[in-house]
Amino acid sequence: MSESTPAALPSAPGPVRRAGAARLLLAHPLGLVSAIVLAAVVAGVLLAPVLSPQDPDVSNLRDAFGGPAAGHPLGFDSAGRDILTRLLHGGRNTLGGAVIALAVALALGVPSGLLAGYRGGRFDSAAGWVVNLVMALPAMVVLLASRAILGPTVWVLMVVLGFLVAPVFFRLVRGIVANVRNELYVDAAKVSGLRDRRIVARHVLIVVRAPIIIQVALVSGIAVGLQAGLEFLGIGSGDTPTWGAMLNEAFKNIQRAPLLMLWPGLALGLTNGALVLLAAALRDVLEDRGAAPAVRRRRAPAPEAPRGTDGTPAGAGGRARLLSVRDLAVSYALPGGGEREVVHGVDLDVRAGEIVGLVGESGSGKTQTAFSILGILPEGGRVSRGSITVEGQEIVGMPERRHRALRGDVVAYVPQEPMSNLDPAFTVGSQLVEPMRCKLGISRAEATRRALDLLSLVEIADPRRTFGSYPHEISGGMAQRVLIAGAMSCDPRLLIADEPTTALDVMVQAEVLGLLRRLQRERGLGVLLVTHNLGVVADLCDRVAVMKQGRIVETGTAEQVLHAPGDPYTQRLLGAVLDDVPARGPWRPSNAEVS
Amino acid sequence: MSGSTPGGATAGPLLAVEDLRVSFPGKGWRAPRVEVLKGVSLDIRPGETLGLVGESGSGKTTIGRAILGLVPVGSGAITFAGERIDRAAARRRRELSRDIQVIFQDPYTSLNPSLTVGDTLSEPLLAQGYAAREARERVGRLLDRVELPADAAHRLPREFSGGQRQRVAIARALAIGPRLIVCDEPVSALDLTTQKTVLDLLVEIQERTGVSYLFVSHDLSVVRFMSHRVAVIHRGEIVETGEAAEVTAEPRHPYTRGLLLAAPVADVAAQRARRQAFEREYGAAT
Amino acid sequence: MLSFIARRTAAGAVLLFVISFLSYTLLSIPDTDVGRQLLGQGASQDLVDARNAALGLDRPTAVQYADWLAHAVRGDFGTSWFSGENVMRAIANRLPVTISLMVGVTLVTAVLAFGLGVWAGVRRGAVDRFVQVFAVVGYALPAFLVTLVIVLVFAVHLRWFPAIGYVGLTESFTGWLSTVTLPVVSLAVVSVAGVAQQVRGSVIDVMRQDYVRTLRARGLPPWRIILRHVVRNASAPALAVLGMQFVGMLGGAVLVEQIFGLPGIGSMTVNYTTRGDIPVIMALVMVSVTVVIVINLVVDILIGWLNPKARIA
Repeated sequence: MSESTPAALPSAPGPVRRAGAARLLLAHPLGLVSAIVLAAVVAGVLLAPVLSPQDPDVSNLRDAFGGPAAGHPLGFDSAGRDILTRLLHGGRNTLGGAVIALAVALALGVPSGLLAGYRGGRFDSAAGWVVNLVMALPAMVVLLASRAILGPTVWVLMVVLGFLVAPVFFRLVRGIVANVRNELYVDAAKVSGLRDRRIVARHVLIVVRAPIIIQVALVSGIAVGLQAGLEFLGIGSGDTPTWGAMLNEAFKNIQRAPLLMLWPGLALGLTNGALVLLAAALRDVLEDRGAAPAVRRRRAPAPEAPRGTDGTPAGAGGRARLLSVRDLAVSYALPGGGEREVVHGVDLDVRAGEIVGLVGESGSGKTQTAFSILGILPEGGRVSRGSITVEGQEIVGMPERRHRALRGDVVAYVPQEPMSNLDPAFTVGSQLVEPMRCKLGISRAEATRRALDLLSLVEIADPRRTFGSYPHEISGGMAQRVLIAGAMSCDPRLLIADEPTTALDVMVQAEVLGLLRRLQRERGLGVLLVTHNLGVVADLCDRVAVMKQGRIVETGTAEQVLHAPGDPYTQRLLGAVLDDVPARGPWRPSNAEVS
Repeated sequence: MSGSTPGGATAGPLLAVEDLRVSFPGKGWRAPRVEVLKGVSLDIRPGETLGLVGESGSGKTTIGRAILGLVPVGSGAITFAGERIDRAAARRRRELSRDIQVIFQDPYTSLNPSLTVGDTLSEPLLAQGYAAREARERVGRLLDRVELPADAAHRLPREFSGGQRQRVAIARALAIGPRLIVCDEPVSALDLTTQKTVLDLLVEIQERTGVSYLFVSHDLSVVRFMSHRVAVIHRGEIVETGEAAEVTAEPRHPYTRGLLLAAPVADVAAQRARRQAFEREYGAAT
Repeated sequence: MLSFIARRTAAGAVLLFVISFLSYTLLSIPDTDVGRQLLGQGASQDLVDARNAALGLDRPTAVQYADWLAHAVRGDFGTSWFSGENVMRAIANRLPVTISLMVGVTLVTAVLAFGLGVWAGVRRGAVDRFVQVFAVVGYALPAFLVTLVIVLVFAVHLRWFPAIGYVGLTESFTGWLSTVTLPVVSLAVVSVAGVAQQVRGSVIDVMRQDYVRTLRARGLPPWRIILRHVVRNASAPALAVLGMQFVGMLGGAVLVEQIFGLPGIGSMTVNYTTRGDIPVIMALVMVSVTVVIVINLVVDILIGWLNPKARIA
């Protein structure tokens, strides 16, 4: 329903996920680099016995702290052991340990998360409690104590680490699955007669797969780091080469040979960096997020002047003083560069004391037009052509500061969704008081008095109580009244109402429409009413403009347009209205059933 | 209403709901349960559409979900073709999916975004034991029946508009030839012109196959267009039931009358009269 | 509010009890002959037995645990098996070091991460890319590796700060500052990265909310919308991450204190835990779990204050 973002416009991107995630990952620059680095590290570590110049424990004190030599490209450590050899063999222990931790964490966390998320109930509460317990444990103390209990075997400690990390996977999987369980398509699958097992396999696993893969990359990084940290503390068994132990040894000699830290540090940093970057790349590829925030801040070209008046409606040239729009075009920046025009030259006038309906279906550009007048187009959108005058002032190309001064006290806005348009963190009262103090420069007491008056003006029974309530404590209809009160607070002359009653039940809608009509009459407001509902147009509007695919196809008085539509599209719209359609008539047993 | 008639007598209703009560756990610590349905009774005959009208929070969606076995029933009886189904075991529930199907409100979230339309449509068929080949052929016929192109089977939901997606959802509901479809606000997320074509399709399918609909909606005019009979629900209770023409034109219950008068019509003079009547009766300020 | 705190405190007490029981039981599994370890191989079996009996180790584990618990609820965690120190006093001596570290890191993180995150989320562009890269680097490098590099550069190479040692705050403020700066910076890199990334993400989310658009339509200046509305709404998820970072810091402190030779809880953990000194380990576990419980409670109360919808009646 909402068309506040251009994403709702028809678009047909190819099926991304089907193109093979692996290929896409390699097409992603970060993904490619990190994959190569990781592949190199893993290959080097796996082939350690073949690649390394000598046995990792062979030491020759004559070579201690020796620099690179033939066959020993990285030189020697404090005990005269070959650094390259120890690096390659150490990687085996470090990476192997991480793999064990990961395997344990996955084996514990994923199935329990699936079960807890899908089934909920007692198992969920119990598992949640255990997870809280594990997460409250100080990991370092537990690991160090485990050494005391289980002995200095790194592999066993890594199993403990896996146990400590499992909650990460449990929470991730449980959260996603609990959401998916409430998806309508899962209900539909249940109604289709699928067994739970099959629903989990077909609908749930697909959704958790990508986040798990990403999390695996991140957690491997953490596991490698923790493992190295433990080794660094000297927790490992004696002389086994590991990156952490090598760093520890280098640290002991930091004053004498600071460069000893370079190679194990580099190995660790590179591996972890590659894992984290791989996770970032996977996120882009698997979650399709890559395209979204690519809108660059660049200076938008100045909007073009409106084209000649050849297309203007009756009374061309005679522009209304309150609001007049001529040849308005709105464009959105495309992620790959370039722009797409979504509103193509709209002409519109609203005079003081008049309600003009802007009617159209989703994607017709009616909301974009309204946002342009208010200067609140979403990120990436801009007015690319035309002229908008409010009270005779041209606002296209006007500096933001001056445009802002018009908002609130000349042009005001009533949005569609009452709940999402109030800040959940502030009381209703403070959201009314703040703009008045800011725009009118009045004292808090004065603004509070006015806010209470406004709340009674919009027919709220107990203004004081509503004033002190938070948005989630009031009903949708009440919230819409509060938003209308907010729009009225600085005495505007033009009201832009974007589907002000669409989210409301019909009874509340009727009351809110009555309220809008009363306010408009009492204050002589001009109103631009964006709506898809032709009944609302008949109820409220003096004149109507019908929009279709970014263009206005018909303008006229409400009577003209609703009773003698000229444009075929308007005719089609009216033909789809079910108001006058006769009831279907009583049921008769059909032949098939009677026989 | 007519009591639980044992045996699938042809004259009896296809579905009978009697004194249905459903409650949900309250929000917060030790909050009392919230009763959403407070003893609802209704019945649907074969080939009939029963329209169920109500505002948000009235419990209209919950009735449909209780019939589908998606929410636990507190008390009361749901009888389908003479058989009590309100406490059906999981296995029986799966078998019932041959007979009772659903079309949800939101065509965007009711289709799994990562499955092709063909996969979505063959899902119920395979679950009921059709062979893959047979299922594929049937999917082709289903797409044809809801007026979607045959190559739609290989595409993902996001390549379709809201109206087209809703056609996919209709095709899924029709896949196994059900006797009752719960339509939960099937057109409220659609544009006006799309809404009309989808409703036309639903009527046409009903006339051809004799399927029954429980048609849940907040829109009185949509319900009038679709339904033989209409039930009006308000705060978990049915306040009025009757022939569609009567209930939607001369309602007896004040709540229904309010609903009718509050809904604006696309006719300036008629709407003025309706508005004045609404304000007269409900005391709204002029 | 009070009933919420009371409920959470009760739940925390249960958690502490369960953890203490599990820890004690698991720690008792190896059945270490403490007396033998203390007296050496040469001591006679009678002496060893007498020593074990003096420590109460000749009793069944359940009795030992009950005894420990009875003392622990009164704040008495006994004496270390191996050093004979009073555990509570040892911890009390070392706690200020770790606390100054963690409070320092939290302050630095709160200021820097919120500043960077809000700036990146609002301005996007170059700042945003910097924060993103910084977050990746901070996330990628293990804290102790960052620490080693910092020691290498600022202590060994530039010699701006001492590489090792600790001066108490009460002895000399500048001395304290110079010994604490590098450890704080080392730990802060990671936590700033994580929190800034979260702040950035939630700021971007909040900026897209309908109510921000409506506030703009009311004609409020952008800085006012950002400082009052965006930051407040973006803070709740960021606080949750900050809380988790604080908990994670307990582990980071172990390494950092070891590297800088700080006499805090962290280095105590390394020295005592690996030997299986049950009284010390139990006290450390209890202290850290308590810290975690308190932090979680504080974070939840703060989030409730920021976001009325999350308030629990």
